[in-house]
Amino acid sequence: MSDFAAALLDPARPAPDGLIGPDGAPTSKRFDVYRNNVTTSLRDALATGFPAVAKLLGEENFNGLATAYLRGEPPSSPLMMHYGAGFPVFLEGIEALKRWPYLADVARLEHALRASYHAADAEPMDPARLGALPPEALNAAAFTFAPAVRLIRSDWPIVSIWAFNMASGGKPAPKPEAALILRAGFDPEPHPLDPASAAAAASLLSGATLGEAVDAGGEDFDIGPLLGLLLSNNAITDLEERP
Amino acid sequence: MFDAHDTPGLPVAAGVGYKPQHFAAIMEDAGPVEWLEIHAENYMGDGGRPLAQLRHLAERFPISVHGVGLSIGGEKPLDPEHLARLRHLVGWLNPASFSEHLAWSTHDMGFLNDLLPLPYTAKTLARVAEHIDQVQEALGRRMLLENPSNYLAFAETEMSEIEFLSELTRRTGCGLLLDVNNVFVSATNLHMDARAYVDAFPLDAVGEIHLGGHDEDEDDHGAPLLIDSHGAEVADPVWALYAHTIERGGARPTLIEWDNDVPDWPVLAAEATRAAKVLV
Repeated sequence: MSDFAAALLDPARPAPDGLIGPDGAPTSKRFDVYRNNVTTSLRDALATGFPAVAKLLGEENFNGLATAYLRGEPPSSPLMMHYGAGFPVFLEGIEALKRWPYLADVARLEHALRASYHAADAEPMDPARLGALPPEALNAAAFTFAPAVRLIRSDWPIVSIWAFNMASGGKPAPKPEAALILRAGFDPEPHPLDPASAAAAASLLSGATLGEAVDAGGEDFDIGPLLGLLLSNNAITDLEERP
Repeated sequence: MFDAHDTPGLPVAAGVGYKPQHFAAIMEDAGPVEWLEIHAENYMGDGGRPLAQLRHLAERFPISVHGVGLSIGGEKPLDPEHLARLRHLVGWLNPASFSEHLAWSTHDMGFLNDLLPLPYTAKTLARVAEHIDQVQEALGRRMLLENPSNYLAFAETEMSEIEFLSELTRRTGCGLLLDVNNVFVSATNLHMDARAYVDAFPLDAVGEIHLGGHDEDEDDHGAPLLIDSHGAEVADPVWALYAHTIERGGARPTLIEWDNDVPDWPVLAAEATRAAKVLV
């Protein structure tokens, strides 16, 4: 079985010994059915998980890169929804892709979208709880977030690039953008954040208080819009008043 | 041997492999379809739409859970984490049936996402029987094991597939899932008689039948090589073999499998209608 398995992922290896056709003679074309099934099914799984990356690369390039990736890094579990966690790092290591430095971050965004889609459901917090806090307690409030919330930070306009390639957005402007992935219902959506909001969001997600997150946003940062975005997308599940 | 409890089981009627794009159509009017089958691994996430849809479907339809990733035919011990995930799914869903494949998919390098073949020897028989025992113990229920699509044979094989499967049912008490398309594909590919296979099959142990489409290719010598693609309508000779199977063994819950190039609901429902007509 080891020979069989190894040859499935390595086209340079001959078909393993002991495999025969109906005439009792060795057969390589019949073994190739399995080889082809394995490659195609894993490549399809990657294309399903990374549609914008596939579009950016074009079919031929994507298939070539996906095949190289799956041969070196086949899935570690039968849950195909998790496959491709290492694909962004793999793309970063490809010399020929250095001219498209945003590609790996777009892949990170897509993998996070998929994780968000399958994340556990959670009951959102009533926003009135926040409104009921006295102003001095507001700064000391920290939040618990829904399991579907993800933040991907990037030096590139990854949300705009993603949206453009998924045929729902305009041409991306060259600026850094973080993707705050929120799932109000069942469909995760990436919301673009500027660097100050991204710093504040990262701070909140790491468990910091609202006051600390405002500081993380820098001078003159207004956390209101970020908070509104989180609340209106059912991203906050609980609130804790820190001493 | 596993001591099977009485579970309601699947209705002796037509079912289909569930695809999320058919959710609305199924909930509105499932037509001839009386039960649904899901691939276990697609419902092992923590939440979101897949699990929500499954909960809705399970309120209305008997569900068959069909695993594609347990690697029961593998050399390696069963993955305890995957078995635990399966136990969790079967635990909360309490499906009408659980089935898996006589195949392997996991080896040292990882999960290969295909149903790979094994030689039929005393050694592999003992190992597969042990794995089935383990699954039935973990899930607390009898499982069905599906016959594979074969593209090649192993020189070291010592017994026929039917001898192998029959002995497994005897040792473990498991039932069988007879995939009639797989029988046709294997018989064509290995130059055997499909009807003779069905006639020799332990039909009493069959708890479910699968029907699906296949593609046509050629082997090294230009002879037909059929590929089990689940991407087309059930072929006419497979329908004929199915009718023969039902005539011989009696009506069984029958599933239309269509996993690739999935058609609109009416096309799939029409295939189920065709199966339902054979069942009455």
